[in-house]
Amino acid sequence: MAFFLETLFGGLMAGMLYSLVALGFVLIYKASGVFNFAQGAMVLVAALCMARMAEWIPLWTGIDNKVTANILAFAVSVAFMFLLAWVIERLVLRHLVNQEGVTLLMATLGITYFIDGFGQTLFGSDIYKIDVGMPKDPIFVLDGLFEGGVLVNQEDVIAAVIAAVLVACLSLFFQKTGTGRALRAVADDHQAAQSIGIPLNRIWVIVWCVAGITALVAGIIWGSKLGVQFSLTTVALRALPVIILGGLTSVPGAIIGGLIIGVGEKLSEVYLGPLVGGGIEIWFAYVLALVFLLFRPQGLFGEKIIDRV
Amino acid sequence: MKLRQLALATAVAAAGLSSALVPTLATAQAKEQFFPVLVYRTGAYAPNGIPFANGYVDYLKLVNARGGINGVKLSFEECETGYATDRGVECYERLKGKGATVFQPLSTGITFALTEKAPNDKIPLITAGYGRSESQDGGVFKWNFPIAGTYWVAGDIIIQDIAKKNGGADKLKGKHIALVYHDSPFGKEAIPILQERAAMHGFKLSLLPVTHPGVEQKSTWLQIRRDRPDYVVNWGWGVMNSTLIKEAQATGYPRDKIYGVWWAGAEPDVKDIGEGAKGYNAITMQHGAEPNADFVKEIMQKVHGKGQGTGPKDEVGQVLYVRGAMSAMFAVEGVRRAQERFGKGKVMTGEQVRWGLENLDLPQAKLDALGFKGVMRPVSTSCQDHMGANWGRIHTWNGSKWEFSSDWYQADEMIIKPMVKNAADKYAAEKKLSRRTPADCQS
Amino acid sequence: MFYRENGQFKTSYQADQQIFPIAQDRWAILAIIAFAAIGVPFLVDEYLFRAILIPFLILSLAALGVNILVGYCGQISLGSGAFMAVGAYMAYNTYIRIDGMPLILALLSGGFFATLVGIFFGIPSLRVKGLYLAVATLAAQFFCDWAFLRISWFTNNNASGSVSVSNLNVLGWTIDTPLQKYWFCLGFLVVFGLLAKNLVRSAIGREWMAIRDMDVAAAVIGIRPMYAKLSAFAVSSFIVGVAGALWGFVHLGSWEPAAFSIDRSFQLLFMVIIGGMGSIMGSFFGAAFIVVLPIFLNQFLPALGGMFGVEISTAAVSHTEYMIFGALIVWFLIVEPHGLAKLWSIGKQKLRLWPFPH
Repeated sequence: MAFFLETLFGGLMAGMLYSLVALGFVLIYKASGVFNFAQGAMVLVAALCMARMAEWIPLWTGIDNKVTANILAFAVSVAFMFLLAWVIERLVLRHLVNQEGVTLLMATLGITYFIDGFGQTLFGSDIYKIDVGMPKDPIFVLDGLFEGGVLVNQEDVIAAVIAAVLVACLSLFFQKTGTGRALRAVADDHQAAQSIGIPLNRIWVIVWCVAGITALVAGIIWGSKLGVQFSLTTVALRALPVIILGGLTSVPGAIIGGLIIGVGEKLSEVYLGPLVGGGIEIWFAYVLALVFLLFRPQGLFGEKIIDRV
Repeated sequence: MKLRQLALATAVAAAGLSSALVPTLATAQAKEQFFPVLVYRTGAYAPNGIPFANGYVDYLKLVNARGGINGVKLSFEECETGYATDRGVECYERLKGKGATVFQPLSTGITFALTEKAPNDKIPLITAGYGRSESQDGGVFKWNFPIAGTYWVAGDIIIQDIAKKNGGADKLKGKHIALVYHDSPFGKEAIPILQERAAMHGFKLSLLPVTHPGVEQKSTWLQIRRDRPDYVVNWGWGVMNSTLIKEAQATGYPRDKIYGVWWAGAEPDVKDIGEGAKGYNAITMQHGAEPNADFVKEIMQKVHGKGQGTGPKDEVGQVLYVRGAMSAMFAVEGVRRAQERFGKGKVMTGEQVRWGLENLDLPQAKLDALGFKGVMRPVSTSCQDHMGANWGRIHTWNGSKWEFSSDWYQADEMIIKPMVKNAADKYAAEKKLSRRTPADCQS
Repeated sequence: MFYRENGQFKTSYQADQQIFPIAQDRWAILAIIAFAAIGVPFLVDEYLFRAILIPFLILSLAALGVNILVGYCGQISLGSGAFMAVGAYMAYNTYIRIDGMPLILALLSGGFFATLVGIFFGIPSLRVKGLYLAVATLAAQFFCDWAFLRISWFTNNNASGSVSVSNLNVLGWTIDTPLQKYWFCLGFLVVFGLLAKNLVRSAIGREWMAIRDMDVAAAVIGIRPMYAKLSAFAVSSFIVGVAGALWGFVHLGSWEPAAFSIDRSFQLLFMVIIGGMGSIMGSFFGAAFIVVLPIFLNQFLPALGGMFGVEISTAAVSHTEYMIFGALIVWFLIVEPHGLAKLWSIGKQKLRLWPFPH
């Protein structure tokens, strides 16, 4: 029983981490109708920037204090992601206003390649460390109930809390603020939004900035766990079932979807995996999402797809 | 609009034409021995590929600084494969036309593909410490040379050390060893030898695959936490290694019970974890981290000292750097041996280098002279044995560097030889090849 | 002036409905095929065969298959790598396990099994659309990745999971040298290209295009969505499966599941979108672009660096390749969202009017 709880808990935590990455996808899709395949690359380049800046800033400025160096690195990374968002909007999105979804999707694929190459040219393709003081050792809870206690990964718990806070802020942002409403209007129809005076270009820059910061937070957390290297982009592939299960346009859906996928993955790998030799969790997550989709084709919390004939 | 489209069309046409007409870079001048260097400095395996590549190229530069191979200078060209088989094949095709006489793919996947092509093109492959374990059998695999070690040697020695730590192989009965392996032909190579040993000694072997690139190991370690195996053997490469140790730390598994293969025991895997990886063991392919080796000092002086170094100075002497240099040394010595028969001071062909690699004889005195004193034991290949040496040691990470923690082990040929022969025979049957005749061995 | 139909009168319905009604088109296509079969071998060396032409032929076949699904039927699929893998592995199994199996039959059987898998993984398309479907097809990709690593039957119980084929021959002709491999692949490409071109002109092709444009309206006028979508998956997977079998047998010789990973799926999708969705010619253009460009950059960038005296490391070349690749994709999409095939058809239009401007 204790082990089941451990697996369950581990799955929930893993799910929260996936939803951190999934948030970026959802944000951009919700606000501009573009499925941003470049999110994985953005996570990578944000994490690379943070890792390398944390390494270089002490060298350039002589600051010894690790916390200060980290904070400065974070600030530089935020600025870097702003700049990236601005450049993407300027050079790519502006020229593709009102094109079909597929064209925009391909454009983001092109951006992915570009960011991958550019980020690694600037920052390197080796493995780098992000050290934000996350605790690495596990703690054991419920010692009284279960012998030996249930293992809880502290780093994951902190990450889950950060993810929850981020989601709460973003939900509030979309629901309560004027900019949030404008973002939703733009997602609905570019031209209509333009016609009522919403500055399309500025909105896109804002949304890509917000997605960039989400990518930065996700990159710091994942990078702190795994080390920052090109393989970090594969995390985005793990987040895709989360989005389609939760719905492409729903921020809470990203969390709920994440939790379901995380738990499903871990439980399947630990209990079903050994029966078939192991290694099933990746495709199981997709199959799980697929099964949900068969019942709700737009995801659990997504907007119903309306076709005009 | 028109101008744009015209420009577009012209650009496309130019790209198409020029790719067909791009002259292949000038072939190696007649007096230089060309070495292709297949590397991966990008992609998920870059952290481990970069030091290897730097070591390889630095050693070639050292040989040039020493005067070449009997006066023949070396030229080399790097080709990025990104650990992908089709890019490796493309690099092979491109560089083979420049006079390449030996290829070292550094990827088991690419090795499998090139094993099919190399015999037709008459170019030997050196797969020092990787590739097909059965390619040790030169009677079937005429063109493959897994010099100084194969995966089965590594697996065998790891079990020997575990047995020693438990007070003898008979004490292994009832123990539980988990193999966490990279889900690819590279990782699966570990399974036969460990299963063989498990059957012999009666320990339980559980197999836990990790999907490429290996960053997701949470469920693996949940299972390990449930099953609590006595030992974990790590058969990973690239980011999988550091992730594995980090997950071990996160689930509280003692690091000193983890053994890595020689591709999972280098600085990139542990340096970011530091103290958290203390106690992690790995087998070495004879050498470990060798900052004080003679050839390392020579490289610092003659290559880095002249500003010719590939890569950062603090990388020189690290585990994978030495591995790269050692692999380059095998290639160079193969050419040198070929020159002894086919003409000193001449440029060798692929077939001649193959003979050289098959008759490689590096006794301790020669290795010491090359600068590998205390690093390597003698290597001597033959027609039937393309491996030439089966020694290894265990080294352990002490929190800041690698230290040897065992004596020299030798792999148990009584176990491995029959396995190799069976697998080689199976390959020969599948390919409808016959074993080489003794006459062919003499040529 | 030259590209007109003056004097070309059709006297039968059959003549009117042929694929290339304009005689100049027919001659041009025949000339291209003849050049490819006879002229090219004189001009290229072994490296160009092995590294550029053979991959180009096989990947354009695969892109053809993907184009049918994505371009003509509008179902975005990211599982093409998996279908190639199924084709390769099942062709391997039929070839190895059945004694005396002819090579071509083995390759086609690979395509057949890929069809079955394609239909199975195409079932979600009946319920799920657009991006959701694209991600759902990734289930096929990852499942096949896993299946070929775990289920040892597929790899003939080989301990390491890597398979290889050799001694290929067709009716006594060995397929050994690059030239023979080239002709072999060219033959497949021509046959399948012709089949595909005819299919998309036929009733089923029109059904596919109707589903793509507006599937609800198509259902309203009586087109059965299930039949149309699943047949698109079936035909597409067959072609992709045969291409996968060719990739494994002819190009690589020895392969592991990683050769058909998700990167391959993305690569095929790129080819289709850059080349032009819903266009047979587009598949060829896209494949040429994607195959040739990285190799061209790989040669050109160091040469360029050499001209300026800058030594570029292989890592930098690789990164720059990525950057240029990405930038070119974005540029193409901005300049011509409908791909290279649209440029080609604009060119043809201009040629028909030449020397008049309109």
